[in-house]
Amino acid sequence: MNIVNILEEIEKVDGEIYERLNPRRAAMRDFFNMGKKITLAAMPLALGSVFQKAYGQSTPQAVTDVLNFALALEYLEYNFYNHALAGTPATPIPAGAPLAAITLIRDHELAHVNLLKGALGSAARAPIPYSDTDFTAGGTFPTVFSDYGTFLAVAQGFEDTGVRAYKGQAGVLVGNTVLTTALQIHSVEARHAAHIRAMRTALSGGTTVYKPWVSLGSAGQANDSGVSQVDAVYAGEDTTVQAGVNIVGINGNVGVTKAAAVECFDEPLDKASVITIANLFLQPGKKLS
Amino acid sequence: MENSNQQHVVLNESDILSAKLQRRSFLQYAGAGAAVVALTAAGCKKDRVTPMSGVTLDFKDDFGVLNYAYALEQLEAAFYIQVASAPPSSFSAAEKAYFQDIQFHEIAHREFFKNALGNAAIGSLSVDFSSIDFTSRTSVLGAAMAFEDLGVGAYNGAGVRLKNTTYLLAAGKIVSVEARHAAYIRDLISNGTFATAPQVSSSTGLDMALTPDVVLAAAGKYIKTKINVINL
Repeated sequence: MNIVNILEEIEKVDGEIYERLNPRRAAMRDFFNMGKKITLAAMPLALGSVFQKAYGQSTPQAVTDVLNFALALEYLEYNFYNHALAGTPATPIPAGAPLAAITLIRDHELAHVNLLKGALGSAARAPIPYSDTDFTAGGTFPTVFSDYGTFLAVAQGFEDTGVRAYKGQAGVLVGNTVLTTALQIHSVEARHAAHIRAMRTALSGGTTVYKPWVSLGSAGQANDSGVSQVDAVYAGEDTTVQAGVNIVGINGNVGVTKAAAVECFDEPLDKASVITIANLFLQPGKKLS
Repeated sequence: MENSNQQHVVLNESDILSAKLQRRSFLQYAGAGAAVVALTAAGCKKDRVTPMSGVTLDFKDDFGVLNYAYALEQLEAAFYIQVASAPPSSFSAAEKAYFQDIQFHEIAHREFFKNALGNAAIGSLSVDFSSIDFTSRTSVLGAAMAFEDLGVGAYNGAGVRLKNTTYLLAAGKIVSVEARHAAYIRDLISNGTFATAPQVSSSTGLDMALTPDVVLAAAGKYIKTKINVINL
């Protein structure tokens, strides 16, 4: 008996078998069953009801806070990409692969917004419209929407911040059903970050290399983005000791250099630091607290 | 079937969906070619589990989850060591360099778990990469994508099992790097597929989250050592 074949057979008729298999997520199974019967537009709402099931009627305030924090960041990211694509004039993103990639990322950010909004239900924070944002960061990036290279540089900052922000909330979500969803968003942000970095390398014609993973900067600093204005995004990314284990040269593996040790673990960023970064891109009076 | 005490049970979807079966059964994974898996009958009690050959992942606590990650990192490291030592001839210099990078990332992950687990660490796994043609770019990239996407799904699915925040954070620090690897390799295969469906749902924007039984069944074809799973 070969379980791989069995699963593959089932998957042919039931694409969600993998999700169904997790007995700890019976609530999610209910959701996926429901998903077949309802329209896509209603799905975030349905997910909200799943979370309510998982928690009874009272979602712990700390978890609600994390989800609203994540929602604010997703609004920010969505507005950033959406304005580049739909603004007048639109950002000069080359047609073809670059435009398709930015569109895919924008669509993911919107999906994350809707997912979190649905999960939070009436506890969801107020929407953040584009008019609340300032992606020039008070004039630091005046050409953010008119220069493709600047746009990508800021995009990298957003994605790498997003990856760090979700990680920073791990302690609040430990053992919680919501954690799985947060992790599923988190790894998508990391995929986005890797691709944006590749787009920057491609734009430079390969003369400047931005590795898909966060490495050390050219002078050995934590910020490898080449944009010193976003140092705060990378503060502490050069950590080389993990849970008390020194990674450099670990167990005699000399190939694990300091750069490799930095690259192979992404670092979290605490909520206050993320808010400081996010607030650079929000209008006065609209900043997060 | 290599193992005489394996019992055959007829599976249908309702069995697989049954939490009772999942919780109360233990799964034995025997690699060597196809993943040969026997699920013992649903009534199997814990006290009937006798010491088995191979390695045992006991999911009763965080060490079981960390050993599960250690097993996957062993597999990934072994794969990339082989690729990096003799990459397909069509790999560019930049690609060779990035596969070197990934090799050392996976070695570091493997050794991290080994050290973090200390005496609780499982032994070294024997791998079976006979299904991979290491001279073929297509074969190597296909296997690399499978390993990386599987790793992302494995960590995403296992995170909620961890009770210790330090371990959860360490796993979180690793999974986003695996996702970066996955995106890079997917783009090598076809640019723009870094986060496309079905790996990332286009309706929810969510990556995969996979349970250990599914992950180990998929990884089984690359592992010779028998992996016993209990208390899942």
